[in-house]
Amino acid sequence: MADDHSDDVPETFARIRADFLELSQQDRLLLLLDFSRELPELPERFASDPELLERVEECQAPVRAFTEVDPAGIVHFYASAPPEAPTTRGFAAILAEGLAGLTAEQVLALPDDYPFTLGLTEAVSLLRLRGMSGMLDRTKRQVREQLVP
Amino acid sequence: MVLLWQGTGTAPGTTRRRSQTMNVEADTTSDKNAQYAHPERLVTTQWLADHLGTPGLVVVESDEDVLLYETGHIPGAVKIDWHTDLNDPDVRDYVDGARFAELLGSKGIARDTTVVVYGDKGNWWAAYTLWVLSLFGHEDVRLLDGGRTLWIAEGREVTTDASRPTAVEYPVVERDDTTLRAFKDDVLAHLGNPIVDIRSPREYNGELAHMPDYPNEGALRTGHIPTARNVPWATAVADDGTYRSRAELEAIYQSGGLGLKDEDSVITYCRIGERSSHTWFALKHLLGIDRVRNYDGSWTEWGNTVRVPIVKGDEPGELPG
Repeated sequence: MADDHSDDVPETFARIRADFLELSQQDRLLLLLDFSRELPELPERFASDPELLERVEECQAPVRAFTEVDPAGIVHFYASAPPEAPTTRGFAAILAEGLAGLTAEQVLALPDDYPFTLGLTEAVSLLRLRGMSGMLDRTKRQVREQLVP
Repeated sequence: MVLLWQGTGTAPGTTRRRSQTMNVEADTTSDKNAQYAHPERLVTTQWLADHLGTPGLVVVESDEDVLLYETGHIPGAVKIDWHTDLNDPDVRDYVDGARFAELLGSKGIARDTTVVVYGDKGNWWAAYTLWVLSLFGHEDVRLLDGGRTLWIAEGREVTTDASRPTAVEYPVVERDDTTLRAFKDDVLAHLGNPIVDIRSPREYNGELAHMPDYPNEGALRTGHIPTARNVPWATAVADDGTYRSRAELEAIYQSGGLGLKDEDSVITYCRIGERSSHTWFALKHLLGIDRVRNYDGSWTEWGNTVRVPIVKGDEPGELPG
């Protein structure tokens, strides 16, 4: 099913999806774990003032995230989640990698169901995937808010 | 406890005494735990550290986060996930006897294996796994007092080395859904008997439809089941996440507190049945109230069900007429 819309997302998101889908269920979990370890550190201004980040209520773990659109229209995504919430960190890291360098328009065009096309429903469960879905929804809303003149 | 021993080779009508089915000696090292009604149901972190690798013992980690086990677990522990392993993928129910047998067998757990469960978040999911194992009549299943948090806080060993259990045969056992489990209609029939709502005060009084930070498991209506008393789950634990002493638990749930009596029939519930498993364990095994059932449908069922009675506010409320 997911293979049917391989062209609907920018290249990085498509590659991440392909990487997950070619793995066994157990290895998909381990790939998500790899992502969780690669979640970039927050820039100093966020680390010193975490209130700048918005709480992602859809996630069970205390994850905070913020999306900025720079003057060139490029989106920057920042997120922080504790080490004892590796699933949530993994979700955030997928978004961080996929969103890097995208324009606001590209981000707004991302399909809302992208998290559910990664083949993680069985290994992670639908309920937990809603956490990533919530992060993506918020990202798009924040981009939209910043585009308003 | 009703034992369903179909397929285990025990003749119908016979029961086994626990001492015969306990593969690994009980933890008798803790003065605090010795006071409980069923002290063999709890083990201390030190006891577990001393018994890792004992034949007939399997350690199970059950967490809220599906990847936490992979980041480091007690050496040799296997993982059972509350959602992807214990829940049926389609129907809102637990897996059936065949699937349960396949799961446990694949983890190296036989019918007479001593299972010690631990997990994150104050052992919510560990207690839930223990409760599900109990629905299938797995006799010797124990909880690690203090769970994953205490084990790590004490600087004990964790490893990312994959555990590779040798698969064993686990019999296909019919789940007993009457003794330890309550369904919505059981709760309706139970009204007038004690019910313990272990959610946060704001979920109980109706301000919130879900636990803070868990909006995906909300409900259309808020409040609590009429006459249910609110004792948040964490009331039962000390600062280090271990269960409070028997005297303290009695003061909370029995005389001086809720007033539960040993002969009472009690139902516990929360949002989806996991936090209430933690309190169910305290009432059933630590205080020895024999007839305690966990309502796993909990508020996500009750608060979405047409025409069931609901009470708002901080008071338990009256029985519906």
